[in-house]
Amino acid sequence: MARSIVGGVRDFFSRTARAEKVARQAADRARIREVARQEGRPSVSIRGLSLSFDGVSVLSHLDLDIREGEFLVLLGPSGCGKSTLLNCVAGLLDVSDGQVFINGWNVTWEEPKDRNIGMVFQSYALYPQMSVKRNLTFGLRNAGVPRDEIERRIARTAEILQIGALLDRKPAQLSGGQRQRVAIGRALVRDVDVFLFDEPLSNLDAKLRSELRVEIKRLHQKLANTMIYVTHDQIEAMTLADRIAVMKGGAIQQLGAPHEIYSHPVNRFVAGFIGSPGMNFLEGELEPGSPPVFCGSGGVRVSLDRYVFDKQGAVRGPCILGVRPEHVTIGAAGPERPFSHEVDIEIVEPMGADTLVWTKLGDTNFAFLVESENRLRVGERAVIGFDPGRTSLFDRATGARL
Amino acid sequence: MADSALLDSTAVSGVRLRRFAGARGPRPRRALSRRNVFIYGTLVVVALYYLLPLYVMIVTSLKGMPEIRLGNIFSPPLEVTFEPWVRAWSTVCTGLNCEGLSRGFWNSVRITVPSVVLSIAIASVNGYVLALWRFKGADTFFTILVVGAFIPYQVMIYPIVIVLREVGLYGSRTGLIVVHSIFGMPILSLLFRNYFSSIPEELFKAGRVDGAGFWGIYFRIMLPMALPIFAVAIILQVTGIWNDFLFGVIYTKPDSYPMTVQLNNIVNATQGVKEYNVNMAATLLTGLVPLVVYLASGKLFVRGIAAGAVKG
Repeated sequence: MARSIVGGVRDFFSRTARAEKVARQAADRARIREVARQEGRPSVSIRGLSLSFDGVSVLSHLDLDIREGEFLVLLGPSGCGKSTLLNCVAGLLDVSDGQVFINGWNVTWEEPKDRNIGMVFQSYALYPQMSVKRNLTFGLRNAGVPRDEIERRIARTAEILQIGALLDRKPAQLSGGQRQRVAIGRALVRDVDVFLFDEPLSNLDAKLRSELRVEIKRLHQKLANTMIYVTHDQIEAMTLADRIAVMKGGAIQQLGAPHEIYSHPVNRFVAGFIGSPGMNFLEGELEPGSPPVFCGSGGVRVSLDRYVFDKQGAVRGPCILGVRPEHVTIGAAGPERPFSHEVDIEIVEPMGADTLVWTKLGDTNFAFLVESENRLRVGERAVIGFDPGRTSLFDRATGARL
Repeated sequence: MADSALLDSTAVSGVRLRRFAGARGPRPRRALSRRNVFIYGTLVVVALYYLLPLYVMIVTSLKGMPEIRLGNIFSPPLEVTFEPWVRAWSTVCTGLNCEGLSRGFWNSVRITVPSVVLSIAIASVNGYVLALWRFKGADTFFTILVVGAFIPYQVMIYPIVIVLREVGLYGSRTGLIVVHSIFGMPILSLLFRNYFSSIPEELFKAGRVDGAGFWGIYFRIMLPMALPIFAVAIILQVTGIWNDFLFGVIYTKPDSYPMTVQLNNIVNATQGVKEYNVNMAATLLTGLVPLVVYLASGKLFVRGIAAGAVKG
């Protein structure tokens, strides 16, 4: 910190020294970025990152590579360390151990401004006393960018985000959506390598959220920058991400494309966290054999001949079968869905396009989705079934996928 | 209700209709209810209690000595004279010096202005660092600083005399300015720290990402947002330092006594006739600066105190 104070005082008093330094750094960075690109190195690379506050470990030995131009979403419940990880990449938190590389450049101990990143915050964090234009140019003015260049970039940003009419307003005179747009513009105008989003849509109402979500996706397609996006909203994660990193307890549980995380969760936590309405979990025993059979309570027996096991060799013992509500259909068994069972309808929740129906399979609550034309009544009986090939089987003790 | 009255308009008279149509909103309360009489009565009594001495002072300061000797301290002056005010300001003697209070006034200005500027400049940066640039041991440092606010001044008087003597500032105005700045530090740092803590941390983070350094964030992001708390700090310091007597009498020499000390010397003079009218005028003159500061900034003061108190 002492260094930053001394450096800050010097920079503050000498604009030319600052501009020269910035130009030098930019040239260095461009050269290194070029080399990194030719060698196909990742855009952001996190190596053995650990962080603890007052002895409490928040992140432990975390490794993550983010490809050039990739949209990576860090998804997890609150307190899982996803925002902390983002702050470490931004350089706003000092790491306890490990390294962060951006375009092959070790930035672990660099100041945020020297990492060529832009960040968008949940609370917008616009400077309230500055107009929109001055908010946008604040970073450029700090970096000593020439005035005509600033004007050019402002014009471009205003056009991309359609905030041209707002440039002279103060943040207090903007709506929530406009404020977040300006906040994105503040990162955009600086021509950064990596965009960091810290729950940018959480403060907006549902309608605006989905509008801005599309806009962020469009922005990513247009700019093709590397973006890291933190959220606890799985819809945002599924719709935006090239890859999702699901986090829990300071560790990445699963890293993969959205459909992979959805259809092939590596453990029970990921399976339960992704998907709305949530996955049904049936407890039971696995009987070895060919094919192996899942035996749940109340005589539920699911033959797993279509299930592809991750683990090789004989599997047996207590396990959990995960079935997504949207993979359950009504009707007798067939070759495509060999399992079926007759159940009582207990609760019917119409949700518009679909209807969520609650029942019991064995003695476990079990929910499934039907189309809303399908008028099931409470108290009726129905035959439901699913394809065991689309289920997930977890070890009951470890929670890992079998 | 008005609508149903309109529907029945054939049955009721026009007067009644109008009364119904107007019967909206809460029932108006009588101004002279028992509750109001009690509340305002108490307020008036309390206000009188505090205003009466001021009234006596003003009235006395406008009378001549013969009239004062009559003893009717509450009666308004028969003959208004501003001579005591002029005398208090420019000719009244303290010891051998007969320049009046004006000398003390300018001394106080020369002590107060640098003290206020210096203490606020340091304390605001102090609060900014403690709230946002958290270093190792920041909490310990802050605790020590706050404990400083609770140590009685008397304990520190003599050690400070020695320190000032050793650095060659004892008896000078500069020494007193340094002392005032140091003693303002705990409470002002607390004030600024709490205010800066209440500013969303993301704003500070955004500033860092945007490449503003330590002073860049302070001057260009934090300072413009902290104007209310600066107003509070200025009010606190101006009134506090202007009203100080103890440090002024101990750490300065007669030549550079602040106004309060000089006032005391005028009022407590044991030789000659007690000039009550001059004493009253001198006292009012001395109290004028804090009074003006309070009156001009009362609303701002309350707002700033409340703003700083939101988060600790």
